[in-house]
Amino acid sequence: MKDLVNLTIDGRKLQAEKGRTVLEIARDNGIDIPTLCYNEGVEPYGACRLCLVEISKNGHTRLVTSCLYPIEEGLVINTASERVMANRKMLMELLLARCSGVKVIEDLARKMGVEKPSFKPEYLEKNECILCGLCVRACREVVGTSAISLVNRGVNRDVAAPFLETAPDCIGCGSCVFICPTKCIKMEDKGDIRTIHNWKVDFKLKKCKVCGNYFAPEKQLEYIRKKSNLPEDFFDTCPNCK
Amino acid sequence: MDKLRSAAALEELRIRILAKRNPQQPLISICAGTGCHAYRSEDVADAIKEEIEQQGLTGQVELKVTGCHGFCERGPLMVLYPQKIFYQRVKIEDVPEVVSETIMKGKVLDRLLYTDPNTGERFAKEDDIPFYKRQQRLLFGNNNKIDPSSIEDYLAIGGYAALSKALFHMSPEEIIEEVKRSGLRGRGGGGFPTGSKWESTRRAEGDIKYVICNCDEGDPGAYMDRSLMEGNPHSILEGMIIGAYAIGSSLGYVYVRNEYPLAVNNVTIALKQAEEYGFLGENILGSGFDFRVKVSRGGGAFVCGESTALMASLEGKVGEPRAKYVHTSEKGLYDRPSNLNNVETWANIPLIILKGADWFNRIGTEGSKGTKIFSLVGKVNNTGLVEVPMGMTLREIVYDIGGGIQGGKKFKAVQTGGPSGGVIPESLLDLPVDFDELTRAGSMMGSGGMIVTDERTCMVDLAKYFVGFLQEESCGKCLPCREGLKRMLEILTDITKGKGRQEDIDLLERLCATLRDSSLCALGSTAANPVLTTIRYFREEYEAHIREGRCPAGVCKALITYFIIDEKCPGCGLCVKPCPTEAITFVAKKKPVILNQEKCIKCGTCYDICKMGAVGVK
Repeated sequence: MKDLVNLTIDGRKLQAEKGRTVLEIARDNGIDIPTLCYNEGVEPYGACRLCLVEISKNGHTRLVTSCLYPIEEGLVINTASERVMANRKMLMELLLARCSGVKVIEDLARKMGVEKPSFKPEYLEKNECILCGLCVRACREVVGTSAISLVNRGVNRDVAAPFLETAPDCIGCGSCVFICPTKCIKMEDKGDIRTIHNWKVDFKLKKCKVCGNYFAPEKQLEYIRKKSNLPEDFFDTCPNCK
Repeated sequence: MDKLRSAAALEELRIRILAKRNPQQPLISICAGTGCHAYRSEDVADAIKEEIEQQGLTGQVELKVTGCHGFCERGPLMVLYPQKIFYQRVKIEDVPEVVSETIMKGKVLDRLLYTDPNTGERFAKEDDIPFYKRQQRLLFGNNNKIDPSSIEDYLAIGGYAALSKALFHMSPEEIIEEVKRSGLRGRGGGGFPTGSKWESTRRAEGDIKYVICNCDEGDPGAYMDRSLMEGNPHSILEGMIIGAYAIGSSLGYVYVRNEYPLAVNNVTIALKQAEEYGFLGENILGSGFDFRVKVSRGGGAFVCGESTALMASLEGKVGEPRAKYVHTSEKGLYDRPSNLNNVETWANIPLIILKGADWFNRIGTEGSKGTKIFSLVGKVNNTGLVEVPMGMTLREIVYDIGGGIQGGKKFKAVQTGGPSGGVIPESLLDLPVDFDELTRAGSMMGSGGMIVTDERTCMVDLAKYFVGFLQEESCGKCLPCREGLKRMLEILTDITKGKGRQEDIDLLERLCATLRDSSLCALGSTAANPVLTTIRYFREEYEAHIREGRCPAGVCKALITYFIIDEKCPGCGLCVKPCPTEAITFVAKKKPVILNQEKCIKCGTCYDICKMGAVGVK
């Protein structure tokens, strides 16, 4: 039996395993907290700040990011207090100003009651990337290649391949494309070539010996084969024909 | 040099060093700190050296090239011992006379003395000058007595005696108790009680623990940590060694920004000396305690002064902060318990250990003990580094020590706490300066920056400057800081250009609330302060920009016009040549000059030059 702690979340008293985060507990209990930079597959990062909740402990109240905050005995959590909502709304306004016309962001904003940002129209940008860092973290933590990285700082921050050129370590797996919440990383398979436009990389796709379909980049299959010590002909056939 | 292996060996060495020194022997201490260095004080020092040789006084007159003395406004500075005669603005040409007249004959050279611009009074002794008189220079006062590259100089003023006391007469718990009782709070910005921080790190689980010195000072206009590190590096190392012993650490880091080459150089020399003498390394002073220190140079990102970003940078990663829900005292550098303190905090430790918590906590206010070094800059007469007991009022600092406002202008506000501090208006000049009072006023202590502004400073423009600095230095990881500061800067820029909207003040306040509440680290959460305090204390100035398209301070170029007040202009033509765009035409003596508005770039040069008040701004 693991250590359990008692906590109150939106008025509900419950017990949960020590060491888990507020966000995990909330979601386990059907409480919706919006997130953009969170994904179970990678370490929490705390960049988008949307998952802010209000916690009270020893008479002190403050806002914390629920994706990072470990639960503790006696914690009282309010996931949608007035202060939380005011902050989330302003965060959405800031996101909308950065990403005007990006559907995921517009939908989320609308859900929070934000139709358009209070900033001057000329400030609005059409940037699809919200700099949540999920692509970079997936590439590093899940794939293990660190082919791309966050570069520059502040308003000039961006996701890029080394020296803003092509990404030599990219294996073309497409994890970054899959995990991106705004779908701003463009990948395309055409014939026997896969292109990821953002990182300026092309890959030759492997043809299945049985069905003749191109199923994955050769570089990716080679990477997996070596990492997992698989026989040389292991990927001669695609997973469907195995 | 054999390593010192006991407390007695250290004291014997100290006696030997002092025996070689004659306190009555003439000594010239010349400041080579940041300000004086800019005035080429090293060249003056070289000239003195030469002059001493030429006049055949080698061995009879000693020269000490030291760290910052503090009174940067009047550099290059020189103090002549044993009389403690204070010379300022010393030039190479003055050197022969200083040596032949003052050193040899004891004759004071009037022209090199400091004259109070307000009273005209002249002072011969350093201690009598109003700038120094009101200070309590516990940490900074030693700078002019030591050559930072000489460990013997540090030992001569009692250096490492606190370490010896800590190692041989106190247990780690007793040291922590002493620091806790002293009431010392972190001088880097947060003001967290130092003793409690040490205690948490000591109690944290783990065999390997780190102590870190934060010398990543980056506030515009602030240079006190730099000057301490440059001028007295051993005092900081001694504090760190004592801290490491109390906490149970065997490895420490000094994180110093690479833009401070002299600080890097001097602390590196000090480290090597401390190792040679046995104050660092294995079996320190024969106590059985081992501790090493490494110097790590920072790349100059402001955000790396934030503890978690600093630790990431130390690990070789990008300097970005992380949430501190698990404290760095439990999981810090390399996920091990780590104790980080600022330069000035560490420098306080030897004093507290040597003189005791009861001595220390008698200085200062209820909640803030000891002294604080401020970097007093801006439109004040006496620019420099000042060390005062906590609780001194802003008025005393600005007027008694700072000598009031330059050019007889009117005081407007002081920006304290660096770029993410706030402005404090004239109505609060009698505020006692300590951690809590500054926070209550909407500003903060920060690391001790104090930028004085006068009537010619526009508060919207000031807020814009700091927000501009912060948006440039934001790491960009979290959304509110990155995007929020960008929008704030856009709005503030608009207001200074006369394009502000009625709703902008509200919007700024809402943005500020979000930055404060939802930013990942203190850079973002305090970034609202300059905007919030300027709105709080100078709202009418924002409104004048927005509603009337007017900049009351006459600063925002888009909103102002310079003009010649014909009846006041004597036609002297003094303003004609300095005008960079030749916008002013000389007519004839006793006839007013003519200002061509089309050529005028509103630089304000004519306004500043005219002694007759004949240039107006509206």
